[in-house]
Formats: sequence, C-alpha cells, structure tokens
Amino acid sequence: MQITLADIKRGQQGIITDVSSIHIPLKLLEMGCLPGNQVELLQVAPFADPLYLNINGTHLAIRKETAIHILITISNA
Amino acid sequence: MPKHINVALIGNPNTGKTSVFNALTGLNQKVGNYPGITVEKKEGLCKLPRGVKAHIIDLPGTYSLNASSLDENVVIELLLNKNDKDYPDVAVVVSDVENLKRNLLLYTQIKDLQIPTILVINMSDRMAYKGIHLDIPYLEEQLQTKIALISTRKGKGIDQLKTLIANFKELPTTPCLNASEIDPEYFTRLKKAFPNQLVYKLWLVITQDVNFGKIDRNEVDALQSFKTKSKADLKRLQQKETIKRYQFINDTLKKGQTIDLKSAKDLRIKLDRILTHKVWGYLIFFAILLVLFQAIYDWTEVPMDFIDSTFASLSEWTKNVLPEGAFTNLLAEGIIPGLGGIVIFIPQIAFLFLIISILEESGYMSRVVFLMDRIMRRFGLSGKSVVPLISGTACAIPAIMATRNIESWKERLITILVTPFTTCSARLPVYLIIISLVIPQGRVLGLSYQALTLMLLYLIGFGTAIFSAWILNKVLKIKSKSFFVVEMPNYKLPLVKNVALTVLEKTKSFVFGAGKIILAISIVLWFLASYGPSDDFNNAEEIVTTSYASENISSEELQQKIASHKLEHSFIGITGRAIEPAIRPLGYDWKIGIAIVSSFAAREVFVGTLATIYSVGSDEEETIKNRMAGEVNPILGGPLFNFASGISLLLFYAFAMQCMSTLAIVKRETNSWKWPMLQLVIMSAFAYIVALIAYQLLI
Repeated sequence: MQITLADIKRGQQGIITDVSSIHIPLKLLEMGCLPGNQVELLQVAPFADPLYLNINGTHLAIRKETAIHILITISNA
Repeated sequence: MPKHINVALIGNPNTGKTSVFNALTGLNQKVGNYPGITVEKKEGLCKLPRGVKAHIIDLPGTYSLNASSLDENVVIELLLNKNDKDYPDVAVVVSDVENLKRNLLLYTQIKDLQIPTILVINMSDRMAYKGIHLDIPYLEEQLQTKIALISTRKGKGIDQLKTLIANFKELPTTPCLNASEIDPEYFTRLKKAFPNQLVYKLWLVITQDVNFGKIDRNEVDALQSFKTKSKADLKRLQQKETIKRYQFINDTLKKGQTIDLKSAKDLRIKLDRILTHKVWGYLIFFAILLVLFQAIYDWTEVPMDFIDSTFASLSEWTKNVLPEGAFTNLLAEGIIPGLGGIVIFIPQIAFLFLIISILEESGYMSRVVFLMDRIMRRFGLSGKSVVPLISGTACAIPAIMATRNIESWKERLITILVTPFTTCSARLPVYLIIISLVIPQGRVLGLSYQALTLMLLYLIGFGTAIFSAWILNKVLKIKSKSFFVVEMPNYKLPLVKNVALTVLEKTKSFVFGAGKIILAISIVLWFLASYGPSDDFNNAEEIVTTSYASENISSEELQQKIASHKLEHSFIGITGRAIEPAIRPLGYDWKIGIAIVSSFAAREVFVGTLATIYSVGSDEEETIKNRMAGEVNPILGGPLFNFASGISLLLFYAFAMQCMSTLAIVKRETNSWKWPMLQLVIMSAFAYIVALIAYQLLI
C-alpha cells in the first residue's frame, strides 16, 4: 500500500517509491531521499511537526509539508 | 623557494572537517573573509615531510557541488576557476566513517572535475563501536584515489595524510563514473560545442547561477544556448545524476564496507528520546540556558575585578612615572581607561563563546532546531532561526550570517531583522556595570538577584525578537517557498582543541575589532574633554577659586570643583549639555548622553567613554565602577545611577540599534539599505519611548 511519508507512525519503516522532484529540494535528494531507499520515522517533534527520519542511514528532520510529496510503501507494521 | 602546495579541504557538514584542519595547521591559521562577501575564509600552513609546506584552505561545508547558499557557492567557484590563486593542487575530501555513503556523493562530483583528490575517512576510532569494517585497497581501486583512515580525536593517521598530500602528483585524476550517461545525446552535443572543456564543468555552469570570474565569461555566454531545457527538465536530470552516483556508491560499498549491526551500538536514539522529548526536551534546554547565564555572571567575577583594579593602578603608575604633560594625560586618562573598558569583558565573552561552541560541536544545537521549529513557525520564523538567536547572544554579525541556511527568504529576512534584539556580548559590559550599581546583592534559591536580572534582560531580548517577528510576519507580504531540511548529526564529545581555538579566535576578533573603535573614540573624547573654546574653560582655576574664596574648603575639594568646571565648559561638556534636554526625561545627565551618542558606533564603547570622561582631571586611583557610583545627580541630588535611571538605561540598551557593523552586515545580506535603516529608526525610537516610560514610572 502506498502512503505519503507524512502518514507513517513512529517506529515504522518503509521504502521510498516516488518523490515529486519539483516539490523537493535537490539537497534532500542528495542526502539520500531517492526511490528505492529505506526510511524510518524515528521521532516526531512536539505539536506533530517536524519529522525526524532515518533515510538511507542519514538522520535528518523535515517538515510535514515536504513529507507529503514523498511516497512510500510500509515494510514493517 | 619552492611554491607551497595548495590544498582545499572539502566535505559535508559534521564530518569533522574543521578538526582535520586544526590537526594539520594547529595555531598556524588565520580567519578572514572572502573578498566582497562575508563568508568566513579559514586558511593555514602545514609542514609536510622533506621541508615542503602546504597552504590549506578549509572550505565551507557542503553536501554537493550544487550550491544552494552563498557559503556553498564559494566551494564551487574556487573549484571551477583555475586562475584563482587558491585553486587547489590537491583536494582533500573529508568524510565520516558512519556516513560514508552520503559523503561519497560529493567525492564523486569532485573526481569528475579531474582534480587530484585524497579521500579522508575520519572518526575511524568509532568503527569497532559501530561494527564497521572497510576494505581499503578495494575502495582505493574503485574510487581511483588514496585513502587516509584517520581519527582526529585520537590523533591517528595525520602523518599518513601529510605524506599523501606531499606526493599528490601520484594521484590518479580519472573520474569514477561517467555522469553524462544520464542524457548521452545532450552531453555529446555539449562536448562537441566546447571540445576544450570538461563536460561536467559545463554542466555545473548550466545548472546553476554562480560567478566564474572574467576568464570564463565568454564561454558562459555561449552556454546560454544550452539552457534550452526547462528548469523542471534540468532538475529531473539532476535527480537522475544523483541516482546514478548513488548506484555507483552503493555498488562500491556493497563490497568495500561491511557493517555488523549486531555489534553496533547506538547512543543517539536513547539520547534523542530524552533531548527531543516534549517535556524533558524543553526543560533541559531551559536548564542549559540558566547555566549559561549563571556561568557568565558568577564565575567571572574574580578575573574581572582583577582586570579592573590592574588598569586603575596602571593608569596611576603611568602618571607617576612619565613626565607631566599632555601626552601623559592622554595616555593615563584617555587610552588606558578606554582600553580597560574592553579588556575587562574578556572573561565573560570567552565563557559565552565557550558554551555556544560546546553546544554546536556536541550536535545538541540540531536538536534545539528540531524541537523549536513548530513553535517558531507560528511567529514567521524557522527552527533554524534558533541558532542565530542563540549565537546572537555572542554577536549579531555572525548570527546574521548564520541565517544563510534558512531556506525560505521570508523566514530568513524576519530572522535577520529581529536578531539584533537578542542580547549580544557588546551589551553585556553596559548591563554588567549598571546591574552591579543599581541591583542589590543577595540571593534567592541560590541564584543571585544580579544574575536573575541579567537573565531577565536576555529573556526581554528574546521576547522582543519573537514578538516583532510575529508582527513582521503579519505585515510583510512576501511569497516564498519554504523548504526545511536539517541534518541530525550523531552526538559527539566536543574536542578540546576545536573548542579552544574557536574561543581564542572569536574572543580575539571581538577584542581587536572593538578595541580599534574604542581606542579611536577614547582619544577623540579625551581631546574634546580636555580642551574648551571659551574663557570659561581657560580661566577655570581663577573663576572657581574666586567664587569659593569666601568659603572654607580644602584644596582637594577645590581641585575637584575646578576639574568639573573645566569638564562642563570643554567641547564635550558643551555638546553634552546641548543634547541634555532630550535625555533628561529618561533620567540621564549629559555625561551619560555623550556615552550613548558615542555608543551608536558600537555599544561596548559606553563603559569606555564614561571611564574616559570621569577620569579626565581626576588624580586618584579609582576603578570605573567606583567613579560611576560616586556620581551625583546635579538636580535631584542622590546617586546619578539609581534604580530608576539604571532600569531606564538597561531598557534603552536592550532595544536600541547601536551597532554600525550590524547595520552594514544587514545591508550586505539583504542587498538593500531599506532594511537596516528601518531597524535603526524603529528600534531606537522604541528604545527611547520604553526608557522614558520606565523612568517616569519608577522615579
């Protein structure tokens, strides 16, 4: 099932299936946010935003408004 | 003399690049600016084997050669301009063993520029802890380079790196992959049009807007015809390029790197659970701020008192030893007290930079960004605005430069505009001396009243910054896309050497930067205070002696009366009294007025100015503080620095925009005079009104 990265829960892992390159800064792609790479939601900041992720081994935080442009499939429940 | 080898240190942020720089150069380094822009330029010399020397530049950290900020532009401009005197003979790419995959992206780009490149894998001491094993010969072969496995923390591998730099001519310059495969037709066309140029270099010029110097101008113009692809098309190609590079890196690391996850330990997750917790996270952040202020106040008292009394006796000693005359007076009454007014704050400024650099080095600052983003956004700021606002407590200039990594222009502009409200270290001298004069000593819950007042002033500064951001967010009509990406680096114990060098460098530049202005101003002030235009000044002795002839006063008192009569009729006294009507409602006399006017150059001048004004004509050895405490309000009687005028002064300095350097930086960063002028007028008017209300209510 495909969902956006903004919808996963803490501790869930997934595989990135598609990124909307117009809405995503190049920098994020260069940090490993690319189709095929693994992603895990590590922590959610107070007030539910931003998201603290492990993408392809890189630990980074992005806002929900960016995360909705990244599609993933959940790989663990 | 043989030419030095030019070495450029390049790498992602948080890879320990600066540690490598410090390990190579030690104290042989200097920090300046790139011409025309305010990006910090760090360079240094390093001795290599066989008497060769290397000139090393520590370039700003970047994730790739696709620049998205002024700092990153510096990297690409240097690497593309062969005529730059700093153009590297050899590039040293610094990577972190834990993030090798991501770090190698930049590495493969630099290899495409065919510059001899050494790969440094730093933090190798953490390999066993993380269960990482590397096949170095395999990696060297695949990546077409020599690898130096080093640990700056343990001091290992530095000598090997030096040897590699010395033998840079043996390094291969072949790229590791063929990036033009992403669109063969397009790149072939490019190659045909510019047979003498590197295709990758052309590609970088096409995809971004950077300045490549005069030499390449013509070619850049010719390249315009290749910008036929739309922006979206170019971005799609860039994405394709990135994927291609990662494919190569993944293939290489699959064989060259094994990670045994079973033996890997991760402290980061456990620490993050606490430090970014919705309750504990904020409490810990607040506690850290509390310690910061307690440290600045309580732990620096002894060295400061020592410096204060040393300068007082130095001034006295100068007067006694040197022959009497104008020069001696200038030295003892102008220059020495003026300099004392700046040297005294070294302990506090050093402490402030110490704590800030520890917070940054340890990786904690990123957690604060994460924790604060949602809250800051309500006020039109970004989580990344927290870093400028906190480093603004040191100095607004580096703080405003630190806004460059805020992706949204509106969020960045608001941050720049409100940062000068935070309590910078130049305000500290003013606060400290006034607090010690008007706030009683004593403690509540182990914290001194004086430290709490200081903390309150910092909170007022932050509060005003946030509040004005909220207003600006409503008023400014700017549409800008906001991207927010922040790396959360692993926690690290800060390296003593890095922290010490930062503290040394920042304190030095503060003292010398401010010192020059203060020295100049104190000399000018001394002249203005020591000479006057009228007979009232020149015949002061006679006038005062006659008018007090009938009264029975000691000669000492008479001398003081003469001195103050002279000061009142000097150039400075005349100017001061001219502006006095404007500042009297705030509770100040003309001497404070002069100090305020002169501190529009820089705030910290305030104390030095008062020190100079008060010491002109005084014979006794006195500390600045005692002199200020002894001043009497000429109209109301009682001490001039009382609770009401003290609070009024504190508030004035909290809000007024009194720093020419900050205005200059704001002009440069916003590329317009509109914003700095707005800051100057609005902040200073606001300061005047608040100080006026405070004094009138408290008196």
